[in-house]
Amino acid sequence: MTAVIQVKELVKHFKPKKNELVKAVDGVSFSIEEGTCFGLLGPNGAGKTTTVEMLEAIVEPTAGTILYRGQPIGDTFRRDAGIMFQNTALQDYMTVIEALNMFGSFYENTVPVEQLIEQCSLQEFVDRDTRKLSGGQKQRLLLAIALINDPDVVFLDEPTTGLDPQARRNFWALVDDIKAKGKTVVLTTHYMEEAKLLCDDLVFMDHGKIIAQGSPSELLSNRFNDVLLDLPLESVPDALPELVIHQFTRTKTRAEFLTTDINETIQHLTAHGVSLSGMEVRSRSLEDLFIDLTGQELRA
Amino acid sequence: MISLKHFQAVFMARNREFIRDRSSWAWNIFFPILLIAGLAVMFGNDNRAVFKVGVYPSVTESESFFDTRHMQFVEVNELDNAIIRVERHQFDLLLDTQTMRYWVNDTSPNGYISERLLLAGGGEKYTREQVTGREVRYVDWVLPGILGMNMMFACLFGVGYVIVRYRKSGVLKRLKATPLAAIEFLSAQVASRLWLVMAITLTVFFGTHFVLDFTMHGSYLSLIFVLTIGAIALITLGLLVAARTASEELAGGLLNLFTWPMMVMSGVWFSLEGAHPVVKSIAQVLPLTHIVDAARAIMIDGAGLLDVGWNVLYLVLFSVVCVFIGARLFRWE
Repeated sequence: MTAVIQVKELVKHFKPKKNELVKAVDGVSFSIEEGTCFGLLGPNGAGKTTTVEMLEAIVEPTAGTILYRGQPIGDTFRRDAGIMFQNTALQDYMTVIEALNMFGSFYENTVPVEQLIEQCSLQEFVDRDTRKLSGGQKQRLLLAIALINDPDVVFLDEPTTGLDPQARRNFWALVDDIKAKGKTVVLTTHYMEEAKLLCDDLVFMDHGKIIAQGSPSELLSNRFNDVLLDLPLESVPDALPELVIHQFTRTKTRAEFLTTDINETIQHLTAHGVSLSGMEVRSRSLEDLFIDLTGQELRA
Repeated sequence: MISLKHFQAVFMARNREFIRDRSSWAWNIFFPILLIAGLAVMFGNDNRAVFKVGVYPSVTESESFFDTRHMQFVEVNELDNAIIRVERHQFDLLLDTQTMRYWVNDTSPNGYISERLLLAGGGEKYTREQVTGREVRYVDWVLPGILGMNMMFACLFGVGYVIVRYRKSGVLKRLKATPLAAIEFLSAQVASRLWLVMAITLTVFFGTHFVLDFTMHGSYLSLIFVLTIGAIALITLGLLVAARTASEELAGGLLNLFTWPMMVMSGVWFSLEGAHPVVKSIAQVLPLTHIVDAARAIMIDGAGLLDVGWNVLYLVLFSVVCVFIGARLFRWE
């Protein structure tokens, strides 16, 4: 595999006030392989968007290097990259088809507009003013605009934030399509489910630094070797915790056991007369990993 | 190198945005026509029922002429100004009751009748002083000012405010991520605004001409040329304001900072002839002063382009300076 983008010791400092220095991105390094979906994860304010906007050549880095196919970011990158920002407004009084045509005219090689309309399911509202689109429709249009130059690398910055579950799933299907075409995708998100479904490689960021990186399965297996078993609280006698050797937590309604040997734990519980009805078993998720890494809930 | 394809795409998008925004049409076209029509009704003297006679310094009781019905007598304090008003047909006659002289404009029919009435009403003892001059109504005088003022708002807000709004909402950021060059984007904004402002200004001009018969002694081409150069100067000032500003509030404040002094000091509403020298100096810096002065000279005095050469030159220099600084300061974000 070849690296499409290589990032070395990237730094971005802001000076909001004279004597204040914010280290938005503080020395991050990673590389993005051709044809993969690369995920940047982290809570709000972790430095994901600043990092990705430096990759997109929108924000000037304070220090560090970014190479696109071994070369500094330049005209080739502008031609090859498709970008979907977190918040983008289009000009007022512009229809969907007009927006696609306008962006199309900025590039030499473009995908036929009809093909994009079909690919991103825009058929029903091509003549609608872009201000009158729903959240999901607007994101699909912005994705179509990002794809108009048939890009090699597609940047998606929190593309499903604020969408309802159905619109989100529709959007994931579109990203799967893009991946299937062999394009490299750079995705930032704070939805762990999205990262798990779409990404091949992940970087976790917090406070401007990388706190973990690897594939989702690598990250999980390196960090955890246990599963989570939980029961309705009323099924668990008060005296039981002392008898259970595994980590145990009690919430308002549930009792949770972390165990490396699920059979042994179940035998242990049944031996103590605990009813297993209502029991749920799940493996550890990226969300658990995140909370484990940062020691905090996701900052929504 | 500017790509014509890029330029055209942004130019057309901006045109569509303006044309589809009906509220801006109302503001840009109907408002100035209504304003000029309103002023014409207020200050027009086409169908005046009375004759207007200026009297310096005051009306004397003994004079029977002052009892004439349908004649309005206006006491004035400054003789020089009053004489100019006779030249411009704003007074039909002017009497000086101290030195026993009267002024009449030979080209004014009302002046002729007023003179007859004066002589018939015991005015033989007054000495005749003759003045000449074409009739200039307030509406003739104020029209170039209103055209210029309307252009000023359309140019400054139509470019300055719009670019700041694009920047704030992320439109510019999205465009920055494409191969579109800043110069292509900016020149398309200037071109789009220029033709729209000229179309609106000429619509207002000819629309008003249709309703009111105002004075136009100069060449239409010269007037269009001066207005076009003036519009470019004002648009480039708008670009300068919008070069970096990211907040609509700040942009609004800055635009008002430019528009208000021009409203007051560029001679839109009243002549600056008697103004303080400091005000006159400031007025000479403001582009609107040069637009209004040149348009007025062409329309009222029938001046040619050479006569208003200094105004045109100033506007060109002003535009070059604004473009130079604006382009250096410009940031997409």
